Amino acid sequence: MPFKIIASQCTGCSACELECPNVAISEKGGTFVIDPKKCTECIGHFDEPQCVAVCPVDNTCVLDPSLPRSQARA
Amino acid sequence: MDVSECNEASSFGGAADLGEVKQAHTGHKGCGTLGGRDKASCGSQARQGDLPPAIWEKVKSHPCYSEEAHHHYARMHVAVAPACNIQCNYCNRKYDCANESRPGVVSEKLTPEQAAKKVLAVASTIPQMTVLGIAGPGDPLANPKKTFKTFELVAKAAPDIKLCLSTNGLALPDHVDAIARLNIDHVTITITMIDPEIGAKIYPWIFYGHRRYTGVKAAKILTDRQLQGLEMLAERGILCKINSVMIPGINDQHLVDVNKAVKSRGAFLHNVMPLISAPQHGTVFGLNGQRGPTAQELKTLQDACEGEMNMMRHCRQCRADAVGLLGEDRGAEFTTEKIMAMDVNYDLETRKAYQAKVEEERAATVAAKQQKLADLAGETSDINLLVAVASKGSGLINEHFGHAKEFQVYELSTSGAKFVGHRRADPYCQGGYGEEGSLATIIRMINDCHAVFVAKIGGCPKSELIKAGIEPLDQYAHEFIEKSALAWFKSYLAKVQSGEIQHVERGDAAIRQGALISAA
Repeated sequence: MPFKIIASQCTGCSACELECPNVAISEKGGTFVIDPKKCTECIGHFDEPQCVAVCPVDNTCVLDPSLPRSQARA
Repeated sequence: MDVSECNEASSFGGAADLGEVKQAHTGHKGCGTLGGRDKASCGSQARQGDLPPAIWEKVKSHPCYSEEAHHHYARMHVAVAPACNIQCNYCNRKYDCANESRPGVVSEKLTPEQAAKKVLAVASTIPQMTVLGIAGPGDPLANPKKTFKTFELVAKAAPDIKLCLSTNGLALPDHVDAIARLNIDHVTITITMIDPEIGAKIYPWIFYGHRRYTGVKAAKILTDRQLQGLEMLAERGILCKINSVMIPGINDQHLVDVNKAVKSRGAFLHNVMPLISAPQHGTVFGLNGQRGPTAQELKTLQDACEGEMNMMRHCRQCRADAVGLLGEDRGAEFTTEKIMAMDVNYDLETRKAYQAKVEEERAATVAAKQQKLADLAGETSDINLLVAVASKGSGLINEHFGHAKEFQVYELSTSGAKFVGHRRADPYCQGGYGEEGSLATIIRMINDCHAVFVAKIGGCPKSELIKAGIEPLDQYAHEFIEKSALAWFKSYLAKVQSGEIQHVERGDAAIRQGALISAA
């Protein structure tokens, strides 16, 4: 399942956008969103999901349980 | 984090207090405005003649690197760098309020193109604006593309503006060559510790090499990278200022060691700043009750470090989008909307002519003081005291007591008048009404001062100040600060000598926390 950003907690700092290896993150109305089609949970790229590791607000980039697991892990 | 636990766990000289730190350093007396007596350069008050010509050329119109310049020249920050690569317990990126003035906070983010237009707009409106800094609101080097693009655009359009940046240092070694190539000749690194055990209490994590590190390991990487970056900059002749946040019980005594470490690696200037930790900021330190230092605690530490290297004492801890002289913020005049509507006419010749006038004004300030210093030459006294000054800039006593957003503090002794800091205050008088609560606050902010120099003051605050033991002085209105302070000091010494008054020590003062509420 891909990651999603909880908009109400997002500071709009763009750190995740700069780190995402899949260019899956973009700005939308002052906060950032993850394109679930592009997110690979960073599997195959890095040991830890980059958006989670760099986000200044804990528990803001979280797995979206409503969507299927990413291709890479399946 | 539990602060009491931090205090106990502090591996750093538990028994020693700041008094002892100061004792250990009494060999290094701070220098007064005589300048250059003991060292090649004296504090950030260094003047022409104290410094090698190449360095003087770099700092003479930079308000952050030269205390004297900050009375005359303005700076601006552009907020093009929102992302950060570390987390600090004194920072909360969510908090943004136009009434609040502290690093890490901005009202709007800009693209490099918007930023360049803003710089030109400000440079045309405020000809004494000589420095563009990028300081965040995140870390400039965590946003290298936007940061360097902004500098490139500005260098092309306004080549007379000095460029500087302020970083936490984690990514610094990777970008030193780009910094040198773009002629960024001032870099500030925030270094609050060189001991990872202490660092772990200040930085919960860092993001480095695509990983999040926590605890002592994170702090070790951070300090190694900071010191490496500092050495690399110093090798290339780029002037480095070190900012240190003083956090009582965590790194206060340790900052003397930080001072030695950065000095030995070629730092030019050290700026020890008080922790800002009001609970409403929502920072870890704000929420866990970690206090900031008192005015005297801060001054004692700055004095202790001064023998080792130049100390900056005029820092206003400004926002990442501040515009204007230090201590003022004209950012609201230059919102993106207003800038984009502006017809900007950048005229280098007008700027040069204006700055030539500023230099004349500046020379007059120095000459006036030198003259008064000569008057004091025959005096011998151990008396050393602080005075507060209400000033709008230009080195003059030109602000009404009730309108002052801050007071500049000078230390007076027979060796001269030395700028040692400033105290922020909410203007006492708003629209002509004095408010009692805020008067008491201002008295607390300048409680360690013997006198306050103002352009004008009302009857009620005057009598309250006298009651508190602070002498209000309006007879030096619109005169040069240092000249007036020394003239008053001379008469004070004479009165003490004749027995007309008795010299008594003053107590401590508080450092203003929280939002600056600007008077309409």
